Amino acid sequence: MAKLISIRHPRQLGMSMLVAVLMLAATFPAQAAVEHAPPTADHSKFRSLEGPFETASDVTEACVKCHTEAAGQIKATTHWTWLYKHAETGQALGKNQVINSFCGMAITNEPRCTSCHAGYGWNDMRQPPPEADSAVDCLVCHDTTGDYWKFPTLAGDPTYIPREWPKGSGKIVQPPDLPNIAQNVGASGRANCGSCHFYGGGGDGIKHGDLDSSLVTPDRSLDVHMSPEGGNFTCSDCHTTWGHSVSGSRYQVNAKDTLGIDVPGHTDLSRASCESCHGGAPHHKKKLNDHIDKLACQTCHVPAFARGGVPTKMWWDWSTAGKLDAEGKPVTEYDEHGHLSYLSEKGDFRYGENVVPYYAWFNGTVEYTMIDEVLDVENPPLEINRIEGGPDDPDSRIWPFKLMRGKQPFDTERKTLLATHVFGADDSSLWSNYDWPKALQAASDMSGMPFSGNFDFIETRMYWPITHMVPPADQALHCGSCHAGESRLAGIGGIYIPGHSSNPWLDRIGWLVVALTLAGVIIHGLLRVVFRKRKQS
Amino acid sequence: MSRVLVYKRFERFWHWFQALLIFSLLITGFEIHGSYSLLRFGDATQLHTIAAWSLIVLWLFAIFWHITTGEWRQYVPTSKGLFAVIHYYLIGTFTGAEHPYRKTTKAKHNPLQRLAYLFFKLVISPIIWASGLLYLFYNDWPAMLAGALNLETVALVHTAAAFAMLVFIIAHVYMTTMGHTLTSHIKPMVTGYEDLDEPASKS
Repeated sequence: MAKLISIRHPRQLGMSMLVAVLMLAATFPAQAAVEHAPPTADHSKFRSLEGPFETASDVTEACVKCHTEAAGQIKATTHWTWLYKHAETGQALGKNQVINSFCGMAITNEPRCTSCHAGYGWNDMRQPPPEADSAVDCLVCHDTTGDYWKFPTLAGDPTYIPREWPKGSGKIVQPPDLPNIAQNVGASGRANCGSCHFYGGGGDGIKHGDLDSSLVTPDRSLDVHMSPEGGNFTCSDCHTTWGHSVSGSRYQVNAKDTLGIDVPGHTDLSRASCESCHGGAPHHKKKLNDHIDKLACQTCHVPAFARGGVPTKMWWDWSTAGKLDAEGKPVTEYDEHGHLSYLSEKGDFRYGENVVPYYAWFNGTVEYTMIDEVLDVENPPLEINRIEGGPDDPDSRIWPFKLMRGKQPFDTERKTLLATHVFGADDSSLWSNYDWPKALQAASDMSGMPFSGNFDFIETRMYWPITHMVPPADQALHCGSCHAGESRLAGIGGIYIPGHSSNPWLDRIGWLVVALTLAGVIIHGLLRVVFRKRKQS
Repeated sequence: MSRVLVYKRFERFWHWFQALLIFSLLITGFEIHGSYSLLRFGDATQLHTIAAWSLIVLWLFAIFWHITTGEWRQYVPTSKGLFAVIHYYLIGTFTGAEHPYRKTTKAKHNPLQRLAYLFFKLVISPIIWASGLLYLFYNDWPAMLAGALNLETVALVHTAAAFAMLVFIIAHVYMTTMGHTLTSHIKPMVTGYEDLDEPASKS
């Protein structure tokens, strides 16, 4: 069908369009949801899963009795180690190492941050994660009941007693029914991955912009792939796994997948790129395919992010944190959209919905400003991560990003970023006493990163590639979004964009010559009229 | 004076269809260039491409016609009488002088027209044609070409040629009003017939 309605010659256009319309009307089916094979085991029939279980670790012990290699596989993945050795830059990355522009580093904020570790009991990140197989968390990825929830402050465990959350809200979280959950394990769904990846940065949608709870059951217009009315994809339909190792990395993005459609035995078996399924020439119109050497699919097909009704944080200024009201109580403020705009614990925020991405050349390699790196503090904003690539790099394409901006603390003497100890039931954390020097010193003590005692705040930027929230094709960008004077790609160097780019001198000279010609013929014509009248009179 | 067929049927069809296509191309082309927003970019591009392919086909027919009928000789440049014609347009037209050129069916263009049309056919059109095809098939350039040329250069050349085309059209349309009456040059281009100082042609 694609061949039949491809328009190779404009003289065929009318006929092609007619044929296309007829064929679409006659044969084009609604997009079929992806089907998953039925499981080979009914876990409710296993006696070892009847419980009772005192802790979630006890469930893991039952799991690994049959799935003998699973725990070992998990412990070899980044979901467990939080370490990532970058093949291109050589940097040692991962949640264990990097600092970001949200809550800084995980290493000074466990057990809050380690509540998203794929295991239990990682209370001290100066040590590697616990070694026992029973420390692996099977349920966070394989629970199908939706009742399993890693409590935010327990280093990965769910709560085993009724607890209030959020603190001061009066809402009580009940302990999960572990036997029921264990008997209903299955393949990972969107909600499993989302239980951590939708809530990065401390809340729903805060961090990524294209990942939030609206993707658990998205409308077709929000995400054509993941919507139950669309493809009903789970995350792992694209982020394919191999022995529990999940494909697709934000540190080393496959920015230009030239392998095309993935065929067993020929390619990498990772479907974490659009081309893995759609190939290298996905459009019926040839001119659209002509764009894919310079543009990532996402650039046109993710016209905006944070589209599901969940706002994402775009600006976070830590420097204003700590203001208290007249009674010494922390302050909460909201903007005109009802989004949080100030918290004494966290400073000033700006949230965004339906955000137009920031665009830049990108070859997939991301380099980080590490915690011990000496900064150019004279020239803010500082880039927390740097995206590599450019117009002359054949591996680069123009990609959409969430550009996270804000202010965060740095050491004015050592000229390095500072880890922050924001969370902790001790009196040194920022959220317990609003005392920056104390919180920064505590972070230094915990992380071993030196701190001179002098600090200030520096404006920072961080780039988050946008790739999810793909609407149906008819909601992709129109030509004029970029091919116009006010182009989305304004400021992108090294590419000639018809309708946007031009040579101002050619235009000046061109229009001048046109104007002179017009003036010439008008004057000539007027003179003819004048002389004819004179002759007649 | 006798009424003779100066512009044959195909010649008139070619001229007016070409005029229509060139106006369409100019309007859509300068929109694609970003000079204004009339249609949408996508629609302008599609129309521009359709008109361009139509014009190329028309040109192929026109070239064939010029060669087979020998009409190409109408455009052979000559300096004989050229300066008299220029002098007429600059001065004589105001003083009431007669046009120095005597039009015949064998030589229906005056020396200035010959030069202008030849420039149109041999310089402006081929540049537009070649740069336009390069522009359209930019992604299919062979590696050798891609190393030596870039889209910006092609686009600038194409735009420069479009400006030249626009200038030609302004001058050309104005010059058509310079006959004995305002429309005496335009009518034969529509009807084909004109009163000339020659015996009526057999056709």
